[in-house]
Amino acid sequence: MEMPKPDDAILANKAQIVARLQSVLPNGAVISVEAETKAYECDALSAYRCPPLCAVLPTNTEEVSAVLKICHDMGVPVVPRGAGTSLAGGALPTADSVILGVARMSDVLETDYDNRIIRVQSGRTNLSVTGAVEEEGFFYAPDPSSQLACAIAGNIAMNSGGAHCLKYGVTTNNLLGVVMVLMDGSVVEVGGAHLDAGGLDLLGLICGSEGQLGVVTEATLKILPKPEGARPVLIGFDSNEVAGACVSDIIKAGVLPVAIEFMDRPCIEATEAFAHAGYPECEALLIVEVEGSDAEIDAQLEVITAIAEQHNPVELRQSKSEEESAKIWLGRKSAFGAMGQINDYMCLDGTIPVSALPYVLKRIGEMSTEYGLDVGNVFHAGDGNMHPLILYDANKPGDLEKCEAFGADVLRLCVEVGGCLTGEHGVGIEKRDLMVDQFNGVDLEAQLRVKDVFDPKWLLNPAKVFPLDASASRRASQ
Amino acid sequence: MSLKPRDEKQLSEAIAAAKGPLRIVGNGTRGVMCEGDVLTTAAMSGISLYEPGALTVVAAAGTPLAEIEAALAAEGQRLPFEPMDHRGLLGTKGEPTIGGVVAANISGPRRVQAGACRDSLIGVRFVDGRGDVLKNGGRVMKNVTGYDLVKLMAGAHGTLGVISEVAFKVLPDVAATAVLLINGLSDADAVLAMSRALGSPYEVSGAAHTPNGIDGHPVTMIRMEGFKASVAYRAEQLRVLLADLGEGVIETDPARVSAGWKWVRDVEAFDGHEGNVWRISVKPSDAPQVVAGLGANAVLLDWGGGLIWALMPQGADMRAKMRDVRGHATLVRGTDFSRFQPEVGPLASISAGLRAQFDPRGILNAGLMG
Repeated sequence: MEMPKPDDAILANKAQIVARLQSVLPNGAVISVEAETKAYECDALSAYRCPPLCAVLPTNTEEVSAVLKICHDMGVPVVPRGAGTSLAGGALPTADSVILGVARMSDVLETDYDNRIIRVQSGRTNLSVTGAVEEEGFFYAPDPSSQLACAIAGNIAMNSGGAHCLKYGVTTNNLLGVVMVLMDGSVVEVGGAHLDAGGLDLLGLICGSEGQLGVVTEATLKILPKPEGARPVLIGFDSNEVAGACVSDIIKAGVLPVAIEFMDRPCIEATEAFAHAGYPECEALLIVEVEGSDAEIDAQLEVITAIAEQHNPVELRQSKSEEESAKIWLGRKSAFGAMGQINDYMCLDGTIPVSALPYVLKRIGEMSTEYGLDVGNVFHAGDGNMHPLILYDANKPGDLEKCEAFGADVLRLCVEVGGCLTGEHGVGIEKRDLMVDQFNGVDLEAQLRVKDVFDPKWLLNPAKVFPLDASASRRASQ
Repeated sequence: MSLKPRDEKQLSEAIAAAKGPLRIVGNGTRGVMCEGDVLTTAAMSGISLYEPGALTVVAAAGTPLAEIEAALAAEGQRLPFEPMDHRGLLGTKGEPTIGGVVAANISGPRRVQAGACRDSLIGVRFVDGRGDVLKNGGRVMKNVTGYDLVKLMAGAHGTLGVISEVAFKVLPDVAATAVLLINGLSDADAVLAMSRALGSPYEVSGAAHTPNGIDGHPVTMIRMEGFKASVAYRAEQLRVLLADLGEGVIETDPARVSAGWKWVRDVEAFDGHEGNVWRISVKPSDAPQVVAGLGANAVLLDWGGGLIWALMPQGADMRAKMRDVRGHATLVRGTDFSRFQPEVGPLASISAGLRAQFDPRGILNAGLMG
């Protein structure tokens, strides 16, 4: 993955830039010693690394504003960073950029149960938002796998999803307002505890803009009352096609599970060896979870079980206790770790129409043979968000490149069947060059023009989302 | 002059060739008034894809809303956001189109549970003010590829482009509905009751209050939808939960329930009454105080108090009355104030900047949003 050549003038000016940043931030909030900037050289897409010019860790909106104002004046690119868990390289720096980390901004500013909102600083982790309200019986719905570590700032930047978004939606459906600092240092407040925008839906535009339009410092989030109960059922099948057909039939039947998770044989085997969740030996398995009152859970599971029976499952296991539920989820939740035990892997994130599941799984299997790399599939089947995990050996020359080529082919296939490159991880640098497979030049130009409005000098996370040649003239004009 | 393109290509040509401002409409039922030649999407019609198993429907902008709702109903599904029909309130005629629903981001009482129109919208195609055909999003419900112009187009009222096609995530219809009715609550107690209900795990899908109800008495309505046994159980639980505020009655008759929520959705109480109609979005707990300060001829609270419909004398400056409250007010019926809340500061510049990028000649519903 190519990154733009750093600006020599900025590199030469490091001392002065650091001094100005130090003048507006508390002691210790500017990290500029080479040994320490290394901590910010990559995010969870660790195949790509580059230490930044320096990193800053402001503690509030005013400090963020001061930092951006300086960088704006001095023409220094800024890469915002949440918790650094991006799988797409969203927080990858360039050598001439300042990393703006929100890790020291993790306060809860307000909880309001009457209006069902929480206001937090954007560095707060996803799970600790729920942690702040669960005693009162509430939770924050989007639940990305990295929720223990990932920050709300990154969730907003990537419009993160999770396993339960079939029912609750993704970040954009649960975000009510933000305080955001523009690249020139001006502070804007969009939305709040009230619903919908009075003018253009700028909040909807900001969510998922990968830190390219502004730095979100505070967020007003919707909190929901916890459901009365939840129960999963595990269903094993002897082919991917049948499992895919079962997903479609469940949705058609008028039940809306909170989650429908899918695992194929390579993933089941890896998981079983790793976590011993007691999964059956089969080609594909579904975990379907429903929520509600006991009566509602019973009614929904009755419908789901009846549909599953028509597809001749090799196993159908309804949870009868908390322990059984935990065991059913244990395998799914350890799937990534289990695959990681086998080898290095690259996790893809394309979304496809649910009806295309069997075809796409078959093609991925064929490509796996062609490329000679194993792949396991574990994903959110209800919404068609695939996560093929391609195994490769980072120490074997050429393996990463082969894996990336395989991944690119899979994502092109997702687009070809009517889907998209990324369902919840974001484009970052990882899928930047594939954007031309989903969008034509005019579509991309319209998006580039949006960034022109918010960040005319193209200083905020400039080398992401768009192919470098598409953004080249704009980046050069800074 | 009136332009009526039959497809996206003709739409693109019509916009590119326009010499002056265009007034963009579907069938004009939402009462949006602007200067310029009328450009209607009504001739671009039809459902191009409907996959019940993927909860996805795609249709041309001019497709009648009723056609889409009927197609979904035939498969036991529905649009989640319960779009309002403005015809009674505004005295307009014609078939509401799906493009109009999206352009105005129209949502009804179920907004509190299922989100707004924009939350169900997963893809758009549109033609910008240059005449360029653009697409964003697609037909899958999880998509973070590039900027989310889908949300931006919903509620842009045609000022950034003329929508040619829309794609939605739809939801299963429900087997049963129950409504808990509580009579005689003050606005403050009603908002308290609705907050408690919406904060309960009983999946409330509607919470409305009318201080001067159908027969002049306050009525608070709380709706639950789902499986029959579950709905009955939850309605009873909620009745008990709110018993200290007022005695509740549970209504399950489908015809009465449906008529009651249509009455809320379409603000039928204001039909045929003179005056300006304002739609005010606030934090629910601010609603009683806002209502008290309005001096309105009639009000209706929806969204647990977060949406205030107010029937006001002409000339009354709603936005001045709301100066100390966060939120916004839209003039839905009336002409003596701007329709949309004027933006201020950097946000106003950003919105103006976006309009200038998408519509550099300023010809699409010019001046409507600022």
